[in-house]
Amino acid sequence: MAEQITSPAVVLDPTDTRVPTVVVDDAHIVYRIHGSAGAGSHSPVASFKRLITRTKAAQIREVHAIKGISFVAYRGEAIGLVGSNGSGKSTLLRAIAGLLPAERGSIYAAGQPSLLGVNAALMNELPGERNVMLGCLAMGMSPAEVRAKTPDIIEFSGINERGDFSSLPMKTYSSGMAARLRFAIAAAKKHDVLLIDEALATGDAKFRRRSEERVRELRAEAGTVFLVSHSESSIRSTCERSIWLESGIIRADGPTEDVLKEYESYMGK
Amino acid sequence: MPQTAVADSGTGLTLKELARRNGLHSAAALPSLPAYLREIWSYRHFITAYSNAKITSSLGQTRLGMLWQVLTPMFNAAVYYVIFGLLLNTSRDVSNFIPYLCIGVFLFGFTQTATLSGISSITGGLGLIRALHFPRAALPISVVLIELRNMVASMSVLIVIVLVTGEPVTPEWLLVVPILLVQATFNLGLAMLGARLGSKLIDIRQIVPFFMRVWMYGSAVLYTPARFAKMFEHHPTLLAIVESNPLLIYIELMRHALMENVKLVDPVWVLWLKAVAWAVIVFSVGFVYFWRGEKGYGRG
Repeated sequence: MAEQITSPAVVLDPTDTRVPTVVVDDAHIVYRIHGSAGAGSHSPVASFKRLITRTKAAQIREVHAIKGISFVAYRGEAIGLVGSNGSGKSTLLRAIAGLLPAERGSIYAAGQPSLLGVNAALMNELPGERNVMLGCLAMGMSPAEVRAKTPDIIEFSGINERGDFSSLPMKTYSSGMAARLRFAIAAAKKHDVLLIDEALATGDAKFRRRSEERVRELRAEAGTVFLVSHSESSIRSTCERSIWLESGIIRADGPTEDVLKEYESYMGK
Repeated sequence: MPQTAVADSGTGLTLKELARRNGLHSAAALPSLPAYLREIWSYRHFITAYSNAKITSSLGQTRLGMLWQVLTPMFNAAVYYVIFGLLLNTSRDVSNFIPYLCIGVFLFGFTQTATLSGISSITGGLGLIRALHFPRAALPISVVLIELRNMVASMSVLIVIVLVTGEPVTPEWLLVVPILLVQATFNLGLAMLGARLGSKLIDIRQIVPFFMRVWMYGSAVLYTPARFAKMFEHHPTLLAIVESNPLLIYIELMRHALMENVKLVDPVWVLWLKAVAWAVIVFSVGFVYFWRGEKGYGRG
């Protein structure tokens, strides 16, 4: 059973010359969810009673999403994160990006890790090109840099392949187009650590090929890439190392082929 | 089940040490205050682009578009004039009531909208916060910039009202700019305070409108501060508290700058001193309070 298994401890070799970019040291991540009260607690009387009796439990629930994991990621690596739904993959990425503070333990990273998720919202009422500008400025580029890069980003995203979509509001885009544009924006900057959450799975085959190529380029520019995906082919073709998370602990960490084999046999049973 | 991430004891190298040796920093570490200020400065282009984008996306849906920036204050002034100038006839204390009233309504509205949109700036920008890394102060700052821009549009309406109702143009009109800047600084402090409070305590959004209404009646927006002097005739301490209300002070200063024959609660220099002191204090408190929460905003 999963409860008996703990994440493996990391054994460090002092003679190792690889440069670490992300160090996760026994990190625990706990979500607090407000207002998840069950049925029957939505009346004013029930709320009042809760205030009087000072029971908070009904309002705040805790989810222990990551239960003490440790690993080190090195420069130039692309690491795939696999695991069933709800195993803590996206939570882990958000914690590495500094968006979710760790409850216990620590997470260290080089530079500012950048999280790229399919549900990352830009401004839907605005045209694609203005979103490109906003996104690039928000990543800390200068206005001149943004102007220089905008055509490339739009070209890479391929949203203009069927007419001039870049000047239309993003709410008119299909979900695939919007995801492609988001990926193109995030991939325009050189990141020390780039965290990709399922983004590669949404585009069509052509875009997937192009984005996998871009991920390889980003790695060559000395970054580290984390990729969360349910598409095993996507992980196989971009990552040589994989981490298998299950119920918030690491079940396996190693070469992609070995980890995926274990994962498949676990999922298959 | 206790488990340690400390590596093989033979090597003596812990993960923490490894991170330190390679210059990695904790993702949850708060930047120092000067570093945070520098970061905000380097994101100034993002802040202006974001405010422009917000204005376009909110007014872009309407047919009249940017015209609403001027129409909204005009309707506001008209409504208050009909209610308080014609129906309730509170105007007898002041010789030129319409501009007097409009200055109060517009200046109060500036702080009110900046505070209210400050409160929802973090919750409303959560998508952006979770997607991209930028100093979160950019959100309340751009909210105040938007309101400042709306205020400039309102001021152009106000100037027309003041001129049409027969007030002369004097050199004191130049004070309009510093008054607005001081008030904007004050608003920024409130917006940042509200932004962090609003991200934690969602309920605050239900309470603040009531608080704002009380504040409005306490700021002599719809009548002259002389009422307070009469009301608290025998309570000098209470009167002093009521007359130290920052919004009352900003409104008084603006009325004094744009109109002749306005009776002030204090000498002008005292009002200016109080006005600047309020802005500096509220801004500092709001900024530091917001900065302390920088790393938690993504949690939602």
